[in-house]
Amino acid sequence: MRSLILLIPLLPLIGFLLNISWGKQLPKKISGGIGVLAVLMSFLLVVYGWLQSSGSESTIDYTYFKWIETSAFSINFGFQLDNLSFLMMSIITGVGFLIHLYSDGYMHKDDGYYRFFAYLNLFIFFMLLLVMGSNLLITYIGWEGVGLCSYLLIGFWFKNHEYNDAAKKAFIVNRIGDLGFIVGIFFCLLNYKTIEYAALNELAAGSIQIGSAVVTTITLALFFGSTAKSAQIPLYTWLPDAMAGPTPVSALIHAATMVTAGIYMITRLNGLFLAAPFTLDVILVVGTATALVAAIIATRQNDIKKVLAYSTVSQLGFMFAALGAGAFVSGMFHLTTHAFFKALLFLGSGSVIHAMSGEQDIRNMGGLKSLKVTHLTFLIGTLAIAGIPPLSGFFSKDEILVNVYSKSFWFFIILFATAMLTAYYMFRLYFLTFHGKFRGTKEQADHLHESPLSMTFPLMVLAILAVVGGFLGIPEVFHMPHTFNEMLGKIVKIPELTVSHTFEYTVMGISTLIVGAIIYLTYQYFVTKEKLPSKSEKGFWSTAISNKFYIDEAYDSLVVAPVMGLSKWLYRVLDRSLTDGLVNQVGLTTLLSGQSIRKLQTGRTSLYLFAMVLGLILILCLNFFNR
Amino acid sequence: MISLSLLLLILPLVFSVITGFLSGKNARASAMAGALINLVVAGYAFTQFEANTSYQFAFLSDWIPSIRAKFHIGIDGINLLLILLTNLLLPVIIYTVKHEDSNRSGLYYGLILFMQFALLGVFMALDALLYYIFWELALIPIYLILLGFSSQPDFKTFVKFFIYTLAGSLFMFIAILYVYIKAPGGNFSIDNFYNNHLSEQEQVWVFLGFFIAYAIKIPIIPFHTWQPDTYTKASTPGTMLLSGVMLKMGTFSLLRWLLPVAPLALATVTPVVIILCIIGIVYGSIIAIRQKNIKTLFAYSSLAHVGLISAGVFALNADGFNGALIQMFNHGIIIVGLFLIAEIIYTRTETYHISELGGIRNEAPTLAFTFLIIILASVALPLTNGFVGEFLLLNGVFQYNQWMAVVGGTTVILSATYMLRMYQRTMLGLDRDYTKTILDLGTVEKIMVLGLVLIIIVTGIWPSILLDPIKPAVENLLNIIKIVQ
Repeated sequence: MRSLILLIPLLPLIGFLLNISWGKQLPKKISGGIGVLAVLMSFLLVVYGWLQSSGSESTIDYTYFKWIETSAFSINFGFQLDNLSFLMMSIITGVGFLIHLYSDGYMHKDDGYYRFFAYLNLFIFFMLLLVMGSNLLITYIGWEGVGLCSYLLIGFWFKNHEYNDAAKKAFIVNRIGDLGFIVGIFFCLLNYKTIEYAALNELAAGSIQIGSAVVTTITLALFFGSTAKSAQIPLYTWLPDAMAGPTPVSALIHAATMVTAGIYMITRLNGLFLAAPFTLDVILVVGTATALVAAIIATRQNDIKKVLAYSTVSQLGFMFAALGAGAFVSGMFHLTTHAFFKALLFLGSGSVIHAMSGEQDIRNMGGLKSLKVTHLTFLIGTLAIAGIPPLSGFFSKDEILVNVYSKSFWFFIILFATAMLTAYYMFRLYFLTFHGKFRGTKEQADHLHESPLSMTFPLMVLAILAVVGGFLGIPEVFHMPHTFNEMLGKIVKIPELTVSHTFEYTVMGISTLIVGAIIYLTYQYFVTKEKLPSKSEKGFWSTAISNKFYIDEAYDSLVVAPVMGLSKWLYRVLDRSLTDGLVNQVGLTTLLSGQSIRKLQTGRTSLYLFAMVLGLILILCLNFFNR
Repeated sequence: MISLSLLLLILPLVFSVITGFLSGKNARASAMAGALINLVVAGYAFTQFEANTSYQFAFLSDWIPSIRAKFHIGIDGINLLLILLTNLLLPVIIYTVKHEDSNRSGLYYGLILFMQFALLGVFMALDALLYYIFWELALIPIYLILLGFSSQPDFKTFVKFFIYTLAGSLFMFIAILYVYIKAPGGNFSIDNFYNNHLSEQEQVWVFLGFFIAYAIKIPIIPFHTWQPDTYTKASTPGTMLLSGVMLKMGTFSLLRWLLPVAPLALATVTPVVIILCIIGIVYGSIIAIRQKNIKTLFAYSSLAHVGLISAGVFALNADGFNGALIQMFNHGIIIVGLFLIAEIIYTRTETYHISELGGIRNEAPTLAFTFLIIILASVALPLTNGFVGEFLLLNGVFQYNQWMAVVGGTTVILSATYMLRMYQRTMLGLDRDYTKTILDLGTVEKIMVLGLVLIIIVTGIWPSILLDPIKPAVENLLNIIKIVQ
């Protein structure tokens, strides 16, 4: 079992090594086959391992070797396996496998086909390390590793400097968060002498004083790390740019898996975070604010992938709000359903872009119902994210809303409104893309075609999951088993809900009604009246929203430009002119004084003798007084 | 049976003399043979080394009886990694020499090997006078290499480097003489220097004497201004010798000859020195962002990295010392890897200017990919050697002062900024005029680059290979400092 578990991350790593070393010489069938099979086998092993271990109550710990050991601390290279990690591992390898399969069709004509599979495999490897690691530093390996893969894949088409810039931005912004993460690790080592998850949660349950400065600092630092990786305020700006990468990458890395790392890590450390109520409040505020802001921005985006990107930021905000309300399982539940329907939506958008010969602007689409599978599965994804019962998004979103309500009424209202906005921008996207008249060029119209089976098969599987995924967590009011609560209840504390059943029914009923109304109105506006988003926005709010509230511009002028200016100034003025100038001045003075001192070298022996005697006396005197 | 440490020291000297009389391909072969043989000996010593606090494979004999100076060398946990590093890098450095057809090539190779001899002497010396002699001896071959064999011979820059470092050394010499005269043992032995019974006041002065020499050599800001020019204008083998090995003379000496000799001074001086080091990290990183020349960029990145190493040393704890020692090794591997790539780019494009480069990856994927790995090690990505060192160092600084670790930790962000910016501009983007004809790595280049990459990854995954042998010595050193304090 021990070595079998080790194979789970190793198989994708081997796939990476094979493809990166020899992929170029291999035929596409083989290099693609290596990539897809590596992840499939890994997935099967995950399922096998999960079934094997499901009987045992406790978590399994495998330590493979001591990674970094000094006299002060010892960090094991070890894995911790329980339902939480198995859940993440099956999402990563399962959804990952589908996306690998999809990529075979999507990237088939690309020269870098083998490279693409190599990077995807490497990503799966690092992502698995992230969730399997038994301590913060193993997670950190994965954390930085997936950041690297994200960099490589966003800039996959490296001849285009716009893409390269997006890739670089993603890496650097993530590193800002990583500094927070590593500082959190230092704090843990200094104060608790351990960074093992189990030990930290145990400490939190016992000796750690709730709300102490140390635990608050640690959790805030780790949460700051999460705001970069999981694209929350203030570090979310890299994610929309990251859409420069090929669409399967957006689906896998920038929607289903990597960006959920922060939610996983906090859930993993739920004991520690529960000991820091202030941090939980911060998480609730940041999550809610991000959900709202990103949803507002999404309503004015016209690039199909940008809408989905902001939607992802917003949905991640929902998950963080759940964590902040102490409902860790609800966060994980939404993470799971979101992985299904958002991967589906992104892959669907890829299929649309594929059919439209690379077009991404929804104003130039319309009437794409002829792409039958793509259209139908995209509709299912849209219904799921909009929260139509009984699709998966309905249950997971409802659970978050109810949990937030029991914590704070106003945050509940904001998130409720955000959920309604979600329905609006998603149906706006859906109607503009698939309904009405075709607005593209004639060439695009001639070229329109449904994608090959390797692309539509993953769509169908994900669509099924997006429909049924919600049954894993049916609310208690329906008197059915809540699989998620049972599965994760031992690892994560589940808060007691104080909300009445009547309230729950009301929320479900009202939200479904409003969403229905929104769908109707959106249809009226965009399909019946054929209104299109205008090219130029008028009015203060519209301009601000369509320009994403100028956050990127603000960061550029407040952070990037000053650092760049400082770089130039430090080099030219402080370094070259002042410091080096001073050194040269000293040298020059020595030279010049040499010229004048030279006059002392008169050549008269008597003078030299005199100076020598004087010096000797001086040394003797000094020696004498020093005794 | 001859002592291993003496063998390690003598072999480069012998090969240096032999190679000096040869020319052309013979000189190259002889130099490479010498370097490889010494590497084997060093590798053997590394495997035979036992993790304890003693000086192993030591060699001791009378040297200058009148002043009780002895010829005493040996290997312990403090110098072990640097001896290995020096011998690992020498083949790469010799490989990058470009003077095959010139008649003077024998001299060039001979000087490089002589440099190796002096560097190993500095690392292995256990007698202060012997140490000082090797310290100064190392300056001569590098000065001649700079003057005689540079791509842009610039007399002013190199003389400045020579005088600057020489001037710093004089202060150290005075400090050594002072300790020699005052310490109870009346000799230059390292034990006598460690038990010198000087007052706190005296130790502060001794500290300053040593420190000026080291601060210039490492360099610690504001004593660094010789470095960017020298690195940029020197030929690549010279730059590699300087950045890969020679600057470690400074950081190594902090641990060997400064902290244990003047421990009473530390309470007074450490706060100032560590702040200088932390400033150096941020300062070097920010300046590196907008450099136009790859070599200058690497020079400033190196300034940031050695700033962190020195900060770890002055954090005065086990993590800081362990981190400093293995990061000296790692930094040597990484910076030589970076300069090797710069040299490989230069042989194909005849430029070091970032703005004149770009699109290299289109035709040379292996070059671009291996370059990326070395860059990732330089920015301390986990599973590369750079991460382990940086993690230990920052953790060491963190135990000293949390805010300093956070400020110094910005290197995590800034290094990614300057390195990825440079990588994008040199390797990525559209084809340029030359990219159509650019060659990917040749066979020997591949061996060199992949060899370094292998070291980067293996020691990143199993850092205990490097850490385990040095830990007892680090503990011992900490005790020496703590007991006196």
